[in-house]
Amino acid sequence: MASTNGKPKLALYWASSCGGCEIAVLAIHEKLLEVAEAFDVVFWPCAMDFKQAEVEAMADGEIDVCLFNGAIRNDHNAHMAHLLRQKSKVLVAFGSCANEGCMPGLANFTDREHILRFIYQESPSTDNPQGVRPQLRTEVPEGTLELPDFWNTVKTLDQVVPVDYYLPGCPPEAKWVAAAVDAIVTNKLPPPGSVIGMDVAVCDECPRKRDVKKITRFYRPYEIVPDPEICLLEQGLFCAGIATRAGCGALCPSVNMGCRGCYGPVEGVEDIGARLISAIGSIIEAKTPEEIDAVLDTLPDPAGYFYRFSLARSFLRRTRMGQQDGRRVAEPIAEVPRLEPELAD
Amino acid sequence: MSKTNFSELNPAWGDRQPILVGFLCNWCSYRAADLAGTSRLGYPATLRDIRIMCTGRLDPAFVLKALREGADGVLVMGCHPGQCHYQEGNYKAMRRIALLRRTLAQLGVHPDRVQLAWASAAQGTIFTEKVAAMTDVVGRLGPLEWRDTIEDPAPQMKVLSLEEVAHG
Ligand code: FES
Repeated sequence: MASTNGKPKLALYWASSCGGCEIAVLAIHEKLLEVAEAFDVVFWPCAMDFKQAEVEAMADGEIDVCLFNGAIRNDHNAHMAHLLRQKSKVLVAFGSCANEGCMPGLANFTDREHILRFIYQESPSTDNPQGVRPQLRTEVPEGTLELPDFWNTVKTLDQVVPVDYYLPGCPPEAKWVAAAVDAIVTNKLPPPGSVIGMDVAVCDECPRKRDVKKITRFYRPYEIVPDPEICLLEQGLFCAGIATRAGCGALCPSVNMGCRGCYGPVEGVEDIGARLISAIGSIIEAKTPEEIDAVLDTLPDPAGYFYRFSLARSFLRRTRMGQQDGRRVAEPIAEVPRLEPELAD
Repeated sequence: MSKTNFSELNPAWGDRQPILVGFLCNWCSYRAADLAGTSRLGYPATLRDIRIMCTGRLDPAFVLKALREGADGVLVMGCHPGQCHYQEGNYKAMRRIALLRRTLAQLGVHPDRVQLAWASAAQGTIFTEKVAAMTDVVGRLGPLEWRDTIEDPAPQMKVLSLEEVAHG
């Protein structure tokens, strides 16, 4: 349905996110005037005073395009995802949180109970002797106060509602936001389900040279001064570029920092960790279990490196859940009991 | 071989058996499995084998997907070190599986649920021994049931009054 001023209607929403994606929208600079020219902004709580009830009152499909950033980690996020899906013709997963879970998705290494306990009781700056926790509903003289339920598992937008387009990145680079705006304005959108961006890996945009060297250990960034021209991974610095979608112009590797993986897995890869394990397995110089262990000991926290941005959309999605005192909690394995010597021995 | 009652190893099995997915290289271990079959060697019926050309072809995604889709363990078998038909494949597999096991441990999956073993085309007995050993390890670890981890039913919280909240 066209709005009264004849312009298509645009909504922007943030669920579980940091606000960086909202700034990424502003980073398209004067193109923003084109957006204002072309669209009627009907919902953008970060920038203007809109109410959820106004969206609820809209007809289904009344919003032409909704740019949705943020992951889904509580009942309200999910409610807004369903609501905006219902009211929007085109729903775009905007930014890494909506695409892969991003930083909020790292909460999938733990669970709700541990998060609430740390935030409300154990963190050094918390003073809460009675251990008060947020409650779903609290009766006060004025009525009932409600808070959305907080989930154990952070989800991506498309794990909750169907998504039409994906605009990856933490945050998406301005040129791709602009490209998406152009595509929408000129009605030249790619087939639904497409990623608006590139389908090659960060390495394809990276100016560094690869000389197919094998590595015998990893270094943390503070341990060496990297050569400015050679591939960082081949110098033993962890870089996720090989498994990460291009589109950023290889910003991090260009300034001596390994790719963090914020554009999510490259086209054709479902699980970024699997691809990185494959790649790292190929470049390590080690042939016995002892040599391999020695090299891998120099790469602490591999799951954290591999799934920094993409844990929520990885194959396993989170740490294993189990029961403890009648509560569902994450079960990380700290000390691994050895059951058998490795079968290959 | 008589049917093992896995609930004796770990009560969580109930009357179900461990499900192992095997990735066997075409040139050695898959032939070892064939030999075990033609020699009528007995071994636990827990392994679903999938033939791959070489353990170097094993994308770690196969393993993660198997675990997600209901496998309790994954056994990868190939040619002995130095005997890979593509020279380096099994060394790559060694490094990948080692790194994968570390990653899995951080995700709460016991690393012994994913193991690598060697059996040449002539080692049907070794093949059966490895399957039996892997079955025993996974049997003791219990079911993985990844679906339970992903399908996380929202926990119900109690409705408290302000009084109750303040006084715990
Ligand atoms: S061919 Fe058997 S492991 Fe490579």
